[in-house]
Amino acid sequence: MQRTLTTYDQTRRALESGSTTCERTVEGYLESINTGKRLNAFLAVFGEKVLDEARAVDRKIAEGTAGPLAGMVVAVKDVICMRDEKVTCASKILENFVSLYDATVIERLRAADAVFIGKTNMDEFAMGSSTENSAFGAVLNPVDESRVPGGSSGGSCVAVAGGMAHTALGTDTGGSIRQPAAFCGIVGLKPTYGRVSRYGLVALSSSFDQIGPFAACVADAARVLHVMSGQDVNDSTSAAVPVPDYTAALTGNVAGLKVGVPWTVLGKGLQPEIRASVDRAVQRLREGGAHIEEIELPHSDYVISTYYILMTAEASSNLARYDGARYGYRSTTARNLSELYVQSRSEGFGQETKRRIMLGTYVLSAGYYDAYYRKAQKVRRMIQQDFFNAFENVDCVLTPTTPTTAFKFGEKTEDPLEMYLSDIFTVSANLAGLPGISVPFGKDGQGLPVGIQFVGRQFEESTILNAAYYLEQQEGR
Amino acid sequence: MAVTLKDVEHVALLAQLSFSEEEKARLTAQLNQILEYMEQLNSLDTADVEPLSHVIELSNVFRTDVNRPSLPREAILRNAPVRTEKFFKVPKVIGDR
Repeated sequence: MQRTLTTYDQTRRALESGSTTCERTVEGYLESINTGKRLNAFLAVFGEKVLDEARAVDRKIAEGTAGPLAGMVVAVKDVICMRDEKVTCASKILENFVSLYDATVIERLRAADAVFIGKTNMDEFAMGSSTENSAFGAVLNPVDESRVPGGSSGGSCVAVAGGMAHTALGTDTGGSIRQPAAFCGIVGLKPTYGRVSRYGLVALSSSFDQIGPFAACVADAARVLHVMSGQDVNDSTSAAVPVPDYTAALTGNVAGLKVGVPWTVLGKGLQPEIRASVDRAVQRLREGGAHIEEIELPHSDYVISTYYILMTAEASSNLARYDGARYGYRSTTARNLSELYVQSRSEGFGQETKRRIMLGTYVLSAGYYDAYYRKAQKVRRMIQQDFFNAFENVDCVLTPTTPTTAFKFGEKTEDPLEMYLSDIFTVSANLAGLPGISVPFGKDGQGLPVGIQFVGRQFEESTILNAAYYLEQQEGR
Repeated sequence: MAVTLKDVEHVALLAQLSFSEEEKARLTAQLNQILEYMEQLNSLDTADVEPLSHVIELSNVFRTDVNRPSLPREAILRNAPVRTEKFFKVPKVIGDR
């Protein structure tokens, strides 16, 4: 079952006409969170605090001083810092950790008068594709509760797909926004590497991680992206590239747009209904005047290997800081400092996190560094070059977001490689630093949503937002 | 390059993690399966390819070197598992080994 979601655009009009208030909107979402508790989307819900924020926004609306996101109710993945709130990363090791400051994305959204309703569940340290790796229990897919919502930003995705927030912030290291968006039938956007500040984001894999929005419609994602983007002195990897008006880019006109499709890549292991959605999307784009071009991505067979070598290497390094000394979980049985480190880490981290730390430590260890890590860095350049070559002839690349629709709980937990392969269409954008968007387009025979992904040139989010917007309009007709 | 149980124990030491015998056996099997898949990269000739470590061409990002307020000590110590008045407290560094 899936309800019709309220978009921020609809709420905004209601706020402007006076037919609702921000406070009533928040109360409605708090009610949904309460009735949807079994979905386990939230790790923390801000009751009185968000109502206070909502009343303050209502006063601003009355005074005519409200910002561009006034009354937008936002859920935040629990890997992003909010001052005086816990940030657990869904890990036992950070179960009681309290943030000392707001992440830059939080500051920017707050300054635009968005309000924050709570922190959302996720795979521990954003490692996973199903949200089954949370130390606080799995998240259910609201479309079919026997299935995973995708991951790692499963809670943020379900907060939006389950009608518990207008939008949500997620993070995407290898597909962690786009893949759950596809599994739950909403819009998910991973911006270009460097587009959005990561100050206040707990680091997983620093050369991949990006923060991006989940939304019920493309227009809402565009609005949020506009506010959150731009250089930040506190994040030296944020780029000094001007931020365009993404909403103005949503013309719905795709005439002349050149869309590349890597048909040979799509030949393998694709669920038939997903292939049907791709064909239908291509047909619709043609009807709108877009040119469909076949493109080659010669190194696409190597994306999973490359990604998991580099990602685990970076993660093993980033997660070395959790040692039980200055913050986080501390083992009670350690007799000396050395035991404190080992026992705190071994008791505090979950199984998948430890597996990835081990893999990452192995590929970085003496004797294997060149064979795995450096090799993967080289192949990463080849994969990026494939996309740069393609973008000489096309404006964006279309693929499905995932090879299958949402899978069942437990289906892939025993076979980590099988789980990793579910990221096959999404990791390329992270390897190459490109923006990607997943937009719902069609359903399979069991009513499970299918996502179509557009990947664009670096810093050309406008192009993929408009292409996704066009498909969204087609689906509504 | 098959991973042995001994390799797993060595890497666990580097990573400061400990595992039960059962976990070690499972990890050995899983790492072998994953690394065997990753061996596919060896089929690519990368002799003339520069490693890519940063996907947008950024170099040497500087900010002006001025004092900015830092967090007060109380805030820093707020998340300490065990503390004294001014310090983080940990078990003795020089052990009995």
